[in-house]
Amino acid sequence: MLKIPAPWLMFRSEADARSAAVAGSRVANLQAAISPAVITKLRSFLASLLLAAVAVAYPLVSSAGVLPEDRADLLLHRYEGGGVTIQGPSLLIRKTLAEKYSFSANYYMDMVTSASIDVQVSGASQYKEERKQYSLGFDYLRGKTTYSLGYVNSKENDYLAKTVSFGISQDLFGDLTTINMGFSKGDDTVQRRDTLTDGIDPNFKKSVDRWSYRVGVSQILTKTLITSLNLEVITDEGYLNNPYRSFRYVDPENSNQYRLATEIYPHTHTSNAVALNARYFLPYRAAIEGGYRFYTDTWGIGANTYNIGYVHPLKNLPFTLEASLRYYEQQHADFYSDLFPRIDFQNFMGRDKELSTFNSKTFHVGASYDFARDGWRFVKKGSLNFYYDLMQFQYDDFRDARRTDLIAGTEPLYSFNANVFQLFVSIWF
Amino acid sequence: MLDSEPTMQSTAHACRARRNPLKRGQAGKLIAIALVVLTLNGCGNIEPWVKPYERQALADPIMSFDPNPVSSAYTDHVFEAREGARGALGSAGGGCGCN
Repeated sequence: MLKIPAPWLMFRSEADARSAAVAGSRVANLQAAISPAVITKLRSFLASLLLAAVAVAYPLVSSAGVLPEDRADLLLHRYEGGGVTIQGPSLLIRKTLAEKYSFSANYYMDMVTSASIDVQVSGASQYKEERKQYSLGFDYLRGKTTYSLGYVNSKENDYLAKTVSFGISQDLFGDLTTINMGFSKGDDTVQRRDTLTDGIDPNFKKSVDRWSYRVGVSQILTKTLITSLNLEVITDEGYLNNPYRSFRYVDPENSNQYRLATEIYPHTHTSNAVALNARYFLPYRAAIEGGYRFYTDTWGIGANTYNIGYVHPLKNLPFTLEASLRYYEQQHADFYSDLFPRIDFQNFMGRDKELSTFNSKTFHVGASYDFARDGWRFVKKGSLNFYYDLMQFQYDDFRDARRTDLIAGTEPLYSFNANVFQLFVSIWF
Repeated sequence: MLDSEPTMQSTAHACRARRNPLKRGQAGKLIAIALVVLTLNGCGNIEPWVKPYERQALADPIMSFDPNPVSSAYTDHVFEAREGARGALGSAGGGCGCN
């Protein structure tokens, strides 16, 4: 079983891993970045944190906290961009019982039609598939402490993922502060479709184990300003490749062309992310929000995410408008290359564009219409919402390998735009 | 005095080490946890500088970090499936082979 390093030690071992990769003729054995001695410490550290949180929480339990509201949401979503269209529904229902138990259930579905650049480069034809996800949640409120349990089951014809989670949340200091901690454990099964029979390959079945540790705090700073800080460490172990994706390398018989081979990934992946968000109430009843997330992992990816947004309810009208901007940038993984010099160039080789150096910009606008504001039968209130996001991806070291008319490695850099639509109705009861 | 002869100081140190089964790092960690617990518990009686009756603006739905969970879960999923970064979104999430 994999053990996990303490965050500060993990940064050090990442640096060690990079140094070793350079000194060792670019053969980056990234699994060495997580030594058993080092990774034992994070579990101990996080267990200590959890213990401390429980110890802090216990004597401060005095009066009632608050569970999420009873509501139902039906969402229709559609994503289209880069040769991929994904659409489907999502239904979320939450209900409280006896003022201290809260149950939630979510059904989510992706219907995928894909002829992405990866599919085209591999020579495959457009394919269709579905992903169905069921989630169940349970919250128990005791005083100012909320205990949460969750289960998520995601199923595709070639991928099954099951995740269980536990969380604890505690209000402190006159409810000005809320701390929360959580742990998730996931078990995935990876399979592969046989391209000849279009059935599942019975000889290919791999597993992935996932662990996630979360710590967060939200803090009321003034009468109009609230902030939150979240930290999460995630570790995966197992078959982390996409079994259909290939890397490309220079054709040894013709250096102007390339050949393809199945990607080889490390079997472990540990990531650290910390996010700071703030929300400020403006005097004329509007809100601005801002956020930043820093990310790093044992694959050498480093990323920054910035977002800023604005929400404006229209005065005397049942409409709320919102807009936001999000900017994301990342540095490529140590084992990523758009074009490797040869097939056995190093231990791990990947050409997933999500491992490359790129940035993305997202422009979001949304409008909400409030209905039944005075209640209607069992409905306390409702809202109808429409959101649109324009996403622009610009890759710095991922080239358009579909251009086989050009010398390998000289193709134009890839970029694409995506449109994301969300239409959803919410009722509170 | 012979080099190998233990001094009074080193003997006392050895005795302390034998009595205390905790390693140095563990003891330090426990002390740190105890200090955090005591400090935060002491803060439990802090007078809230924003009174409950002053939180009208904060209670407005537009001030919620996650006003529409069904939408934010979808949006997070869209980003996570197309970016290398993940986590610190304040929710548990779940796995899928969506890369």
